[in-house]
Amino acid sequence: MNNKFIYFDHASTTAVKPQVLEAMLPYFTEKYGNASTIYSLGQESKKAIDEAREKVALALGANPQEIFFTGSGSESDNWAIKGIAYANREKGKHIITTAIEHHAILHSCQFLEKEGFEVTYIPVDKDGLVDPGQVESAIRPDTVLISVMFANNEIGTIQPIDEIGKIAREKGVYFHTDAVQAIGNVHINVKDMNIDLLSISGHKFYGPKGIGCLYVRKGTKITSFMHGGAQERGKRASTENIPGIVGLGKAIEIASANIDAYNAKLVELRDRTISEIIKTIPYAKLNGHRNQRLPGNVNISFEYIEGESLLLLLNKNGIAASSGSACTSGSLDASHVLLAIGLPHEIAHGSLRLSLGDENTQEDIDYLLEVLPPIVEKLREMSPLFEKMKA
Amino acid sequence: MYSEKVMDHFLNPRNVGTIEDANGIGEVGNTVCGDIMKIYLKIENDIITDVKFHTFGCGSAIASSSIATEMIKGKSINEALELSNKAVVEALDGLPAHKIHCSVLAEEAVKAAIKDYYDKNHIQYDSSLFNVKH
Ligand SMILES: Cc1ncc(COP(=O)(O)O)c(C=O)c1O
Ligand SMILES: [Zn+2]
Repeated sequence: MNNKFIYFDHASTTAVKPQVLEAMLPYFTEKYGNASTIYSLGQESKKAIDEAREKVALALGANPQEIFFTGSGSESDNWAIKGIAYANREKGKHIITTAIEHHAILHSCQFLEKEGFEVTYIPVDKDGLVDPGQVESAIRPDTVLISVMFANNEIGTIQPIDEIGKIAREKGVYFHTDAVQAIGNVHINVKDMNIDLLSISGHKFYGPKGIGCLYVRKGTKITSFMHGGAQERGKRASTENIPGIVGLGKAIEIASANIDAYNAKLVELRDRTISEIIKTIPYAKLNGHRNQRLPGNVNISFEYIEGESLLLLLNKNGIAASSGSACTSGSLDASHVLLAIGLPHEIAHGSLRLSLGDENTQEDIDYLLEVLPPIVEKLREMSPLFEKMKA
Repeated sequence: MYSEKVMDHFLNPRNVGTIEDANGIGEVGNTVCGDIMKIYLKIENDIITDVKFHTFGCGSAIASSSIATEMIKGKSINEALELSNKAVVEALDGLPAHKIHCSVLAEEAVKAAIKDYYDKNHIQYDSSLFNVKH
């Protein structure tokens, strides 16, 4: 058809920035030393880790000692949930989270339920917002952890994290937030926001894959995630992924420096995309909060059509995007997030997520707005649900 | 992920539409699993002279419907009843494991449309004909 390629799936992953790659490269070949050794080569690696740790701490408003590198966002989430649950068993066995968390949180919670822990899943409203009052009411004397994601990966809704943090701190309950999608898009300060634990992942903000970190506030009782050597102050054994750590540090430094400009650019592209799609395509509905959403997130349900076929046709036109349809996930269920905001199954299956990022331009949006309407129309012409609606 | 055959039938689906004077219509699937297929048959003297479909679903659901309509067009009712989901998968040069249900749906849709034709025309039949083997 054509050679166009437009990437609208930054919430899924991003390309490593050239400056990030450049910072990482020496640590594969010349500076390959093990950071646990005492000779210069190893000490250089240790220095690189320390510097990256400082960069991450600076970006989050934390102390470097509170930053623990992990293998991914999923690992950070698993560690936060299980590590707090296991370390605080004498206090209780109750955890509070939400219905729209990433599976790294939800499946960790479900695992703990099988181990005898109890979990309350707070529902969300039609915009995907968690009510802090509901979180407060769910707190019990035996509650050890509240985990609420900073921003949702599918619908982009940003939660009232500072309000929830305040409640958690007042009640003396640990507060974790999965900030994997928020970092680089939203200003975060763990001290001001009363956050005790926070997960991030390198590959969502132009850093490498397979590296993440968990911020753990000083004094927090948490078990070690990986047992073995003394790396990460004994909390996470494994010879460090130094290129990854260096890349994460560089990526977060760049993201923090550019956050306001990046945000402004994406909001402009996002808002145009949303309003034009809603205006030009009938039976299209925005999912997630209109304003309290990630700057690059567009999530729209097109009634009467199914998401995977929509993605295949977009791909045919050189556009990479994603969907909450069951058929794209390998399971038979539509996205738990879209169901949690009250969408009926058939509408949840017909959702399109466009997550905009660095390389996207107004021309990309022009092109999208040109190819999307006929694709939706073609699929509707084929749809028995559309036929029924018209009858 | 998909074979060229699947992509061809998905991108250029055959026999899309409805038949005004269809005498057998079958609709299967549900919105929870995310695939719904509706097949329209025009049957004259036991021969399927025309067939059209409408499908709400993923790429393999649309491709399965398209190829199934091709496979039964011009065939006798008995031949169409023999269409199995396996034959649909083979004709498509395979489907990913978690998409096999789409081919089952195509078999079910054809059978449901024939059953509708029998019912409407008060034709006696052996109900075991319509048990779809997965
Ligand atoms: C909100 C959220 N949490 C956790 C993860 C998992 O991160 P990773 O891919 O680094 O394991 C993702 C990425 O898909 C995410 O979007
Ligand atoms: Zn399907």
